[in-house]
Amino acid sequence: MHPSPDATTDPVIDLEGLVVVLGGFPALAGADLRVERGEILLLAGPNGAGKTTLLRACAGMTRPVRGSGRVLGFDLLRERESIRAGVGLVGHRNGLYADLTVQENLRFWGAASGATSSEIEAAASAMAVDGRLATVPVGRLSAGQRRRTALAVLVVRRAALWLLDEPHTGLDAQGRDELDALLRRAAVSGATVVFASHEADRADQLATRSVRVVAGRVEAVDG
Amino acid sequence: MAEVSRFHVAKAVFVKDLRVEIRSRVLVNQILPFSALVMVLFAFALDATNVLTRVAPGLIWLAVLFSMIVIVQRGFAVESADGALEALQSAGVDALGVYWGKWAALVVQLVVLEVLLVATAVLLYGVDLRAEGVVLLVTTSISATCGLAAVGTIYGGLAAGVSGRETLLPLLVLPVASPVLIGATRAVEAALGTGGTAISEGWPWLGLLSVFAVAFGVGGSFAFGPLIED
Amino acid sequence: MTTITPQSLEVPARRRGTGTRATRIIGLATIVMIGWLAVFGLLISPADRDQGDSVRIMYVHVPSVWLAYLAFIVTAICSAIHLFGRRHSLGVDRVAGASAEVGVVFMAVTLVTGMLWGRITWGVYWQWDARLTTTALLFISYIGYLAVRGLEGTRQQRARRSAVIGLLVVLEIPLVHWSVRLWRSLHQEATVLGTDLDVSLDGLMLFSLFSGVVAFTLLFIWLVLHRSRMLTMIDLAGERALDEALASRISEGGEKRA
Repeated sequence: MHPSPDATTDPVIDLEGLVVVLGGFPALAGADLRVERGEILLLAGPNGAGKTTLLRACAGMTRPVRGSGRVLGFDLLRERESIRAGVGLVGHRNGLYADLTVQENLRFWGAASGATSSEIEAAASAMAVDGRLATVPVGRLSAGQRRRTALAVLVVRRAALWLLDEPHTGLDAQGRDELDALLRRAAVSGATVVFASHEADRADQLATRSVRVVAGRVEAVDG
Repeated sequence: MAEVSRFHVAKAVFVKDLRVEIRSRVLVNQILPFSALVMVLFAFALDATNVLTRVAPGLIWLAVLFSMIVIVQRGFAVESADGALEALQSAGVDALGVYWGKWAALVVQLVVLEVLLVATAVLLYGVDLRAEGVVLLVTTSISATCGLAAVGTIYGGLAAGVSGRETLLPLLVLPVASPVLIGATRAVEAALGTGGTAISEGWPWLGLLSVFAVAFGVGGSFAFGPLIED
Repeated sequence: MTTITPQSLEVPARRRGTGTRATRIIGLATIVMIGWLAVFGLLISPADRDQGDSVRIMYVHVPSVWLAYLAFIVTAICSAIHLFGRRHSLGVDRVAGASAEVGVVFMAVTLVTGMLWGRITWGVYWQWDARLTTTALLFISYIGYLAVRGLEGTRQQRARRSAVIGLLVVLEIPLVHWSVRLWRSLHQEATVLGTDLDVSLDGLMLFSLFSGVVAFTLLFIWLVLHRSRMLTMIDLAGERALDEALASRISEGGEKRA
């Protein structure tokens, strides 16, 4: 395993000409992307443009057929295990067990990632799913609460890069504001956040920078 | 993320699986009644008490196999309902730890199932447990269960998640599990003495079951990771 | 940084099918050997003392079960090469798949000829003897393997998954043999004639059997060559379709921008 390059100056994500194929179809048709530490980047673009695939590719979940990339300093082709350990991917589904409470879900992830119980409690309060909420089975929570629990898992795992696919979906206006506040706080604490949204105007308030994903490629919108 | 030992991952998954089961009670409320029902249906189909007593060991293991398919499908459906297994993968959690954790949880559930089925056979089929055969019965049960759980976890991981794949599970599991069916049935026949079988005839089968359990335990350790990758 | 570039996939325009000089030679040899087998099996070799002419089914039944096992060994070896080799070659995976398909066909032939023989000799289509039972179980197992090969995913994913399953199924073969053999040995049927197709063979019968093995081996090679080349062409077509889809997707992006 290669030692990761200088942590402070190297980009968190650096992709060149990435081509990813899903079921014979080129979901990413040569994507270039560069994300610096501490950014909150918005991936805007219409449905079917390849935003989800781009997120999954950055998470080390797909093997590119052409092109190259580095995430968190690790090679996208050879070192995907290391990428996965440092990245948190939250998509349309939350990856939680509906029958277990918030606390039990977090404790499971804590045990699987070597977190202490105080770290688990801190993660729960950071994402505002502590207190009374913690003992409720996840299946009975609202969509926003489930989303925040999924993000608390990322905090428990100490993920350095957060990849979120349409995180505001299913949330009401208050839920979205709460989520934005929590994400900003996460970025301040050192995480880099990349999120996809097809509602560009609303999401702009959260992002520090945005790019457009169109037909499997990435175009810069503002610098 | 701190370095977590494989054992701790397995333990976390094991505890989590059993906790989900205890909370949802699917095994107790649905699967155990289903398997007891299967035993009753066998009686309807075979309609002769002496025949039932004679074939009871086979019927027990048949019921175990069919119920295991349901347990495994359910177990992995829980994982794929909200993308939890995929979340584990995308977090780079050690797949081998996940395999052994799920294996252990499946073993526990199968043992509970087998105890119930043996009790049902004693009640419904007029089977007698003889003291000399208990050791053989218990060791057979343990080794057969270890092998079955290995097969179930491996192929359950493959068949999980993507819709349209669950129907593949019986086709994959049942042929592979047939040596266990043959061996466990003969060994339990020897343990119970049905059909006049002596206990000594059961031990060669135990050897087969143990080799099977080791072979698929090891094979599954290598296979599980690649098979759950989607 | 590492980059993958597409392999240069050159197919000479004049080659339309999967035949080459090699397959034509092998195909010819196969036809000759099958003719040879027919002559020896049906005409020259003697009828069995006890079973009469129905023993001639053995000249097809026994070679085809041996070839089925050969096919599955080939599948296992190719699966191992694909998984543990450095290149994770997709071509090797295609051979594994082609071999398994041919093996399943040979197994079906084994089962059908066994059932026919049983019907003629004993009046029953099926006997729970060790060979037939093992064959039936492995037949179903390999159908499961082929079903796994058909699951969706990228080529690399499918190849890797199939290779793993291929090795697991091979693990199963000795266990099935062991358990079924032990099982059938409990039921020693006292027979004068034997319920199994194996008879004591005199020289000419042995020679005919050997001819059958040679003929079927040639047939196996010929079938696997053609089939794996066909799978290669299917993959090539997919690659070409990908290039076109890529080009059209990129131009679609250009139009949207305009």
